[in-house]
Amino acid sequence: MISPILQVENLVTAFDTDAGRMTAVDGISFEVPSGKTLGIVGESGCGKSVTAFSITRLLPEPHGKILGGSIRFDGRDLAALPVEEMQKIRGNYISMIFQEPMTALNPVQTVGRQLAEAILLHTECSKAEVLARSIDMMKKVRIPAPEQRLNEYPHQLSGGMRQRVMIAMALINKPKLLIADEPTTALDVTVQAQILELIADLQQEMGMSVILITHDLGVIAEVCDEVAVMYAGRIVEKASVFDLFAHPRHAYTQGLLESIPRLDSKPKTLLKAIPGNVPSIADFKPGCRFAERSGREHTEAHLNTRPPFVEIAPNHWVENCPICVA
Amino acid sequence: MSLLSVQNLQQHFPVRGGLLRRSVASCKAVDGVSFTLGAGETLGLVGESGCGKTTLGKAIVRLLKPTSGKIEFDGQDITHSGIGALRPMRRHVQMIFQDPAESLNPRHTVRDILEEPFIVQKMGTKDERRKWVLDLLDKVGLPATATDRFPFEFSGGQRQRIGIARAIALKPKLIVCDEPVSALDVSVQSQVLNLLLDLQREMGLSYLFIAHGLSVVKHMSDRVAVMYLGKIVEMAPAEELYHHPRHAYTRALLDAIPVPDPAKRRKRELLQGDVPSPINPPAGCAFGHRMRHPNWEQSVGMDLTLKEVTPGHWVQPCPCCTK
Repeated sequence: MISPILQVENLVTAFDTDAGRMTAVDGISFEVPSGKTLGIVGESGCGKSVTAFSITRLLPEPHGKILGGSIRFDGRDLAALPVEEMQKIRGNYISMIFQEPMTALNPVQTVGRQLAEAILLHTECSKAEVLARSIDMMKKVRIPAPEQRLNEYPHQLSGGMRQRVMIAMALINKPKLLIADEPTTALDVTVQAQILELIADLQQEMGMSVILITHDLGVIAEVCDEVAVMYAGRIVEKASVFDLFAHPRHAYTQGLLESIPRLDSKPKTLLKAIPGNVPSIADFKPGCRFAERSGREHTEAHLNTRPPFVEIAPNHWVENCPICVA
Repeated sequence: MSLLSVQNLQQHFPVRGGLLRRSVASCKAVDGVSFTLGAGETLGLVGESGCGKTTLGKAIVRLLKPTSGKIEFDGQDITHSGIGALRPMRRHVQMIFQDPAESLNPRHTVRDILEEPFIVQKMGTKDERRKWVLDLLDKVGLPATATDRFPFEFSGGQRQRIGIARAIALKPKLIVCDEPVSALDVSVQSQVLNLLLDLQREMGLSYLFIAHGLSVVKHMSDRVAVMYLGKIVEMAPAEELYHHPRHAYTRALLDAIPVPDPAKRRKRELLQGDVPSPINPPAGCAFGHRMRHPNWEQSVGMDLTLKEVTPGHWVQPCPCCTK
């Protein structure tokens, strides 16, 4: 077993709202093996992005809070780190890229200036060095004519190019961990394929670890080594990608895999749909949260006690609701 | 006879610039598209953003005035009909939009939304209309209690069901579905796709199913048309297109789709570059131009009208992209 670069244990993140405290991430544990890619897959509101913002400590203050658990990275607990210490880590050792590069980039500053800022926040170097490193990084993310692009503004670039700039900014300080939150959702499929391959190539080259957050099981299958499936604030299943797709154990994972249309399925046949809707955070139950959509009879006890998270087979973890994991 | 026939349809938009906002160029969003659609049939329309698929859908339901070409619906030429002349046709041609949150009036209750098509078409008494609304809700799997609620009180999937109920209210013959599931959660997408399939069987609907995801389009369609930069480059029965793609762009699209099975990982041939702008598109085969294909120049000035290579399989006959 490769030693993990990041170990999250029993993380609880909540938001204080007018309607009371909402626990968006409810005691999850996972680790990212060094140099590997962990995929976090789930639907809207399952807590996958909140997990990312907890790790990078970018939760909106003062409403968002880490209430418990630990995030161990490089021998330190990020959950308990003072803000100044965290600023040294963020963008330097841990970087993040977002779904919509147009909103994540500053529209009134040139690409070059934004890249320079990322460098100068963490290292002291001369103008010439900054320029050389920027151009080098732009080449690495395969942006043609990098010298010229540095002087352009985000709106002058296409969606794919903007995401490349985001990646360049995230990787310019050679982080050990990259968190990519739906990095290709806003892109076309042909561009998505380019960006995913680019991330994989740079990962190899720089030896970094990646957390890839997505709702697309196809993307997970293509690029991840390990997968955590989230549902309603919890991880319901976690395994190696091959294990998870070949032997899904939790009813939710099974349902998701069965419900997606595939290229080799027969056209115009009914899909096996999961009934009902994704529960909203205000309706989260203490027990098995997939109960009402599972189509299986749950007792009162199953709805009220949280199922334990157990290793059901080597490196295959599941939230062991006896009804949903048959 | 086909229900819908589109011939050489062009939809251009002026690009204005300069001090006097004169038209300085034209954006050829749809540039010479022809196809037919039969009763009860689904034609899938797939392509990347900016390829003109949404514009094509809007032109067909006549939310736009086509620049040139011909749209025939049920044997009637509707290309240049005015608002009054279009009204009877609108009963039979409806549209479902991508984002139900934006296409439903937030200040109207579900009853208002679903009653409106009947009011516009001057159908039924108040009581009759109320009964029809309940029937509609039942058809799309929403409870009768939904009538007095507002769109924001529903989840994305339920909202899309309201959008579908509105579209089927007048028992149309054709529904243009523009990315009907791309804004929905994965576990809800399949519910909505199943609903569309059920309704089609029950009501004999024809669909023009527009989406960017080829796996969804292939699953929903009898035939699939692949669009690139305002033109259809290939059109074939769904299975045929998947098993024997002829155009390089279709192959590239198929190859780029992430397959949800890690055992089927493969090294792909990646497309380079982005989709070019439809303002001043390259001459000849646009995709050959993007690929910098050595034979691209031969396609300039060629007649690139689709040719039928095997029965029902149409492809753009360019020397660069077509095998």
